[in-house]
Amino acid sequence: MLLARAFDERCLTLQRQGRIGFYVPAMGQEAAQIGCGWALDPADWLFPAYRELGLALTRGVTLDELLCQFFGNAQDRLKGRQMPNHYGYRDRNFVVGSSPIGTQIIQAVGAAMAARRRGDAIVTIPFFGDGATSSNDFHAGLNFAGVFRVPTIFFCQNNEWAISLPRSRQTAAKTLAEKGGAYGVPGEVVDGNDVHQVFRAVRTARARAIAGDGPTLIEAQVYRLGPHSTSDDPRRYRSDAELAEWKQKDPIGRLKHELLDAGAWTEEQDAALLEEVRGEVAQALARTETVGPADPTSFLDDVYATRTPALDEQRHYLEEMLKAGMVRQ
Amino acid sequence: MTEATLVQAVNRALHTAMAADPEVLLLGEDIGVNGGVFRATEGLLKEFGADRVIDTPLSETGIIGTAVGMALYGLKPVAEIQFLDFIYPGFDQIVSELAKFRYRSGGQYPCHVVIRTPYGGGIKGGLYHSQSTEAYFAHTAGLKVVVPSTPADAYGLLLSAIFDPDPVIFLEPKRIYRSVSGEIPEGDHREPIGKARIVREGTDVSVFAYGAMIPPATEACQSLEGEGISAELVDLRTLSPVDSPAVIASVEKTGRAVIVHEAARFCGYGAEIAAILADKAFYSLKAPIARVTGFDTPFPYALENLYLPNAARIRQSVLDTVRAA
Ligand SMILES: Cc1ncc(C[n+]2csc(CCOP(=O)(O)OP(=O)(O)O)c2C)c(N)n1
Ligand SMILES: [Mg+2]
Repeated sequence: MLLARAFDERCLTLQRQGRIGFYVPAMGQEAAQIGCGWALDPADWLFPAYRELGLALTRGVTLDELLCQFFGNAQDRLKGRQMPNHYGYRDRNFVVGSSPIGTQIIQAVGAAMAARRRGDAIVTIPFFGDGATSSNDFHAGLNFAGVFRVPTIFFCQNNEWAISLPRSRQTAAKTLAEKGGAYGVPGEVVDGNDVHQVFRAVRTARARAIAGDGPTLIEAQVYRLGPHSTSDDPRRYRSDAELAEWKQKDPIGRLKHELLDAGAWTEEQDAALLEEVRGEVAQALARTETVGPADPTSFLDDVYATRTPALDEQRHYLEEMLKAGMVRQ
Repeated sequence: MTEATLVQAVNRALHTAMAADPEVLLLGEDIGVNGGVFRATEGLLKEFGADRVIDTPLSETGIIGTAVGMALYGLKPVAEIQFLDFIYPGFDQIVSELAKFRYRSGGQYPCHVVIRTPYGGGIKGGLYHSQSTEAYFAHTAGLKVVVPSTPADAYGLLLSAIFDPDPVIFLEPKRIYRSVSGEIPEGDHREPIGKARIVREGTDVSVFAYGAMIPPATEACQSLEGEGISAELVDLRTLSPVDSPAVIASVEKTGRAVIVHEAARFCGYGAEIAAILADKAFYSLKAPIARVTGFDTPFPYALENLYLPNAARIRQSVLDTVRAA
């Protein structure tokens, strides 16, 4: 959790300094993501949105991998195709996300049906926000999941805001979890700032799913402590008082105090750990920032399994333009 | 006359229309308190209130479907879709409903909605904040498609769109939202839909472009003066219905055509212009029609500057066309 927070803070600075183009912080959502990630099996398929840093860390995604994706450089496994935060790693069962809200929700249902057909005892988990519960694919996803009783855990992080729209204006429903009811999918609200509660809820939902008892919708109540993204200025639409109130419930501070109270942790250990994770971030940055740019013609690859004649012709044209210095990265 | 950027011109046009007609109202995501993610609706909530500047839940089909219902009842809704890339959850409402209400009711139910949305690349937006998919909409009978490239046109064309009897997809070139500024008129001054604009006159070759491609096309045409080439630049402004007479007349004069758009090449809007010229100006053509376009790939993030047509690529294509014959 501390590593995620330290990395987030560094990336916000990198964006401000113009060293990366854009960034979406996950601050405030670490307990929900990490509690969920730890409750799962590595074989389970994750369908993230764009704010899932903590989750990615539970899958062993390295800071170097993340930074190379943000830089879109030669070592970015996505070959510089996507905006920062839109990463994916097939070997971690971390499906590459997109920007359009909600689309992954129904896809997770299909993957669950496929896994069941293959006889694989796994669950699939789409990650999405409060805003996404208004999307077409949320409703399609829950409906199909209910009808086909799939092993899917719908993990909604209600961080109270969808850019500038407060949760109260997103839906007239009292909770997001209760939306499951209409589709025959049990819904549950958990305190997303409590890493234990999240862990237990996901464990239980996973056991149910694996036992063939169908899907669950979990609403983890959290708060987006940072801006929506580096393009956003939350002071335009939310009060300092609200932010201050939620800062009191910061999941990292909460866990720390819990551990201190239990005598399992000391201030010294905490300071040392903080220093350690900051060092890790700095080292990863030093290693990745010097990596060269993506191959300039690489954006013509992967459109199809094999390049079409038209794309070959366009590659040739691009090479000529590059040679003549008429285009620059 | 006042000085404004393109996005400010949009804001002023919305203001003028709302002040003139109480039946004009806005709906979209983050358009109220936040003033729109590009600030196109800044200040309008305060001035016109929450029942005319409606922040909606996160649903494009909700926004567009609601606008369709309002329009059927006679209001003049102007919907904002945050990025053209996010319009697709509402595509059914556009293509199956909005575009076809008038037709399927034998003219009983005109359905007049304006959908404003920023489009195009050049802002480091990657696959889903950069696309230029005007051709999907221009391909749909019943929709008008408008793309301004200057503050004055954004102002005048948006006013025309809002008071047009038909649905209009109003595509705003976000890359030049703030980088171009100019004079805009005051009051209800409308620029007609369906008319191209000659940006600069020329005699050797016609360059057709629109939206954010106008600045690089202008630069290319200007730089060719040094080579003794007189290039005419035509800003199409309305993609549907297209101003065929202007397109044909220009090529009848110059005998050569270069079409520029940032959208992918295959089945891109330029193919339609080329077809019009092949049909109606074939015997005036001295050289093959050229296209300078995006590549036939999704829109890349890190390499976007290689994807987007620039002044050098346009210039080269014009040179090749003029030298071909
Ligand atoms: C279909 C679609 N419409 C609009 C957007 C623009 N947009 C990006 S994020 C966002 C808010 C999402 O809110 P939520 O689902 O609560 O997730 P959060 O960002 O809070 O994690 C919006 C409106 C989008 N990406 N996709
Ligand atoms: Mg949210």
